Amino acid sequence: MPIQTQITVTVNGTRHTNPVEPRLLLAHYLREVLNLTGTHIGCDTSSCGACTVLLNGKAVKSCTVLAVQADGGNVTTVEGLAKDGKYHAVQQGFWDKHGLQCGFCTPGMMITAVQILERNPNPTEAEIRRGLRGNLCRCTGYHNIVEAVKAAAAASRAGGRKR
Amino acid sequence: MTTAFIGKSVRRTEDPRLITGKGTYVDDVKLLGMLHMALVRSPHAHARIKKINVSRASKAPGVVAIFTGADLQGQLGSLPVGWVLKQADTHTKYDMKAPPHPPLAFEKVRYVGDAVAAVVANDPYLAADAAALVDVDYELLGVVTDGEKATKRDAPQLHTEAPDNTCFEWDVHGGDYEGAAKKAQVVVKQKFINQRLIPNAMETRGVVADYNTGTNQITIWTSTQIPHLVRLLFAAVTGHPEQSVRVIAPEVGGAFGSKLYLYAEEIITGMIAKNLARPVKWVEGRQENYLATTHGRDHITYGEICGDKDGTITGLKVTTYANLGAYLSTFAPGIPTVLFGLMLSGVYKYPNVSCKVYGTFTNTTPVDAYRGAGRPEATYLVERMVDAFARELARDPVAVRRKNFLPPFKNGRAVATGVLYDSGNYRAPVDKALEMFDYKAFRKEQREARGSGKLLGVGFSTYIEICGMAPSAVAASLGAGAGLWESSTVRVHPTGKVTVFTGTSPHGQGHETTLAQVAGEHLGIPMESIEVMHGDTDRQQFGTGTFGSRSITVGGTALVMSLKKVKDKMRKIAAHQMGVPAKNVIFEDGKFYVEDIREKSMDFGTVVGEAYNAKNLPPGMEPGLEATSFFDPKNFTWPFGCHIAIVEIDEDTGQTRLKRYVAVDDIGNVINPMIVDGMVHGGIAQGVGQALQEGAVYGENGQLVTGSMLDYAVPTAEDVPSYETARTVTPSPVNPLGVKGAGEAGTIAASPAVMNAAIDALAHLGIRHLDMPLRSETVWRAINGAKAAKKAARSATATAARSGRKARR
Repeated sequence: MPIQTQITVTVNGTRHTNPVEPRLLLAHYLREVLNLTGTHIGCDTSSCGACTVLLNGKAVKSCTVLAVQADGGNVTTVEGLAKDGKYHAVQQGFWDKHGLQCGFCTPGMMITAVQILERNPNPTEAEIRRGLRGNLCRCTGYHNIVEAVKAAAAASRAGGRKR
Repeated sequence: MTTAFIGKSVRRTEDPRLITGKGTYVDDVKLLGMLHMALVRSPHAHARIKKINVSRASKAPGVVAIFTGADLQGQLGSLPVGWVLKQADTHTKYDMKAPPHPPLAFEKVRYVGDAVAAVVANDPYLAADAAALVDVDYELLGVVTDGEKATKRDAPQLHTEAPDNTCFEWDVHGGDYEGAAKKAQVVVKQKFINQRLIPNAMETRGVVADYNTGTNQITIWTSTQIPHLVRLLFAAVTGHPEQSVRVIAPEVGGAFGSKLYLYAEEIITGMIAKNLARPVKWVEGRQENYLATTHGRDHITYGEICGDKDGTITGLKVTTYANLGAYLSTFAPGIPTVLFGLMLSGVYKYPNVSCKVYGTFTNTTPVDAYRGAGRPEATYLVERMVDAFARELARDPVAVRRKNFLPPFKNGRAVATGVLYDSGNYRAPVDKALEMFDYKAFRKEQREARGSGKLLGVGFSTYIEICGMAPSAVAASLGAGAGLWESSTVRVHPTGKVTVFTGTSPHGQGHETTLAQVAGEHLGIPMESIEVMHGDTDRQQFGTGTFGSRSITVGGTALVMSLKKVKDKMRKIAAHQMGVPAKNVIFEDGKFYVEDIREKSMDFGTVVGEAYNAKNLPPGMEPGLEATSFFDPKNFTWPFGCHIAIVEIDEDTGQTRLKRYVAVDDIGNVINPMIVDGMVHGGIAQGVGQALQEGAVYGENGQLVTGSMLDYAVPTAEDVPSYETARTVTPSPVNPLGVKGAGEAGTIAASPAVMNAAIDALAHLGIRHLDMPLRSETVWRAINGAKAAKKAARSATATAARSGRKARR
């Protein structure tokens, strides 16, 4: 058997302790070990961003992080965005503005959007586009994703809450 | 007409699961005892397999089994071709050559990525580890990657069945081009490269197969656009009985044509699961996807357009080398022929069209449909050539287009290529687009910007496309190997809830929403009471799938037919119970009324209950409430429109940026404008991507140089602007919804619009043509080359003038 290392990671508020191979990618840990398949894998060169999650509050491409690097850390995936039965403003924005079609890039795209709005609650269109450039979408041409992020920003500001 | 749902931007019913991470894509399917497969792929573009040694690999940890092509040769068959060009059809010179295509290569490999062995292990990491330990001894052979060079006598030969690497020669002739060219005052010639593209659906392909030894049932989850055709072809190829194969297309993460075929991996995974009697999963990596999933376009074309000085175009001539890759993918022969050659009339009156297409084999990944499939290639040529013609005459490109447009028609118009358009009004979208874009002001801005280092250009594309695949008999006469009709079933449950089954198979288009809108409209019930089921051969009896913008035109019509049958039955039940003739019963606002006596009525739920409890049905009527329909359209549908691109080129660096994009499409009636806009946006981005940055590049040795997402430039959010969209509405006469299809218009229109804009920006420098993609280097070289040429010409003139003066002295 390959060498296994014990890690403890808090994902969407739940603590998990598992033995993992040191080479296991965080994306695979989430998908295969924890069965959180909302995080998608779209490439093998850290290009597409479909696997983006928040690790200790920072958006990372989970295909480029080893699970062992997340040991002791705090991860938020798409499954953890909605709280108390209510969609996150970004989820609501994506639904209302038709920010998704096939849905494959959407989890990573939304996590990146959450990060953009955390850093800048009132971004311009150019700032949104710059913030999204590490996430690829082939369906929407980005038009409605940008609209979704704008809508989420407006809703978050109106709601006066920062997530 | 007021409607409840049709024409409304209803939010998608698919989205709640997709925005919460609860969609189930193939890679999310996990079965007890599931094994993982990795494929060993050829690193060489053309080689003989001398020996495969699996001894190191089979000893690797976790390995359960290894299969080579030779091991499975008898079980896997040959991948079939679903579009066969035969001499018997008037366009084809001789029966096309269809060499065998083994799912696992066992004698020769013919492109980088050709699979030679399958390694199955109990963990995906271990399967990949072991695959790297399979030793294959290759004898290298000569390589050709260029679709035109492949036809030369000295080119390496891929298949003994196809001399000169030529699969087919296909042509279409309308009128007399050569005669027209002789009489013409102007003839413009241009060579065009329509570069090879990689589709890049965000979800790569993947297959999970399970085999039940007790029932002999093989279940295949695959990321596909055509689950029923996959089942049919899987059964045909492997001999496993069709009724014992179930194919499920779960959530599919985009496709754009690239998941429209029976692929080797579907057969390999299915048959290995059967051999091992264990579930097996294969998920394609992205770099693997770039090699193993079909590519698009790759045409080399010699074009010619002729006409008169007053701007009248009289003819178009095209000779194209269409690179098909190393083997024929399922629909490959149909794309550069029927969907390309027959589209060369565009929206224009010119009566003379001549087109010849050579389909050729090369040591590259197979080429098949990619969003638009043939139509983008045709539209690119037509719209670039019309612009070149206008420029040659120093006439306005919009004026020349208007002069040559076919006049409006509502019910059928034949064109030079021999096809029959359904309905058209080609001036309308131009007029609307020019309301949105101030052309005159732009020309002023353009002139003023020159000298500031910013070159502005505007480009027009007045495209037409063919959708609604397809009238089966017409398609069959052109080579289609399957009927292209569509089916639907409407099942009204005893509680009044409804399940709609469709043979179409969405991958992002929002069919669950759009079809529920249609059903809700017809049945007068809320959309929440309707569920749309798709993508499972055990649920739908048959269906053709989703491609060629056919789902609403063909699938939607099949649905309307079933809805009408259900309503008719309900009307009869209601009439029977209210004691009036059925013809006197009308259905409105969810109730069956007796005409003129509005207080006498039965509501939807009551009639449904009566159909099921069957206490008091009309004599001879069967109980239950379900209807199935099959729709085979009489004609294709022909959407059209006018797209305008505005580009800005940095004169110093050559960097070309899309500044603004206006799209006016006429796709007939629209069910959900929000969804249509979304598809138009995405289509535009793909067309813009082709024009400005995308392109698959092969090295001389057949290595894919653009082999990963780091090297192939899929547009990002920063590469494109927001788009301005609008529509005109010319309903199609060929289906009751009056719809034409919307999935591909953006891609078809965008590449020529952007390229015409770039040439418009550069034309004052003397640049008449550039090939896609407009990478900065390409444009920079063109600008500098043009400037150097002008300078040289000036100094030559000056020298000549000086020497002239000297001579006079």
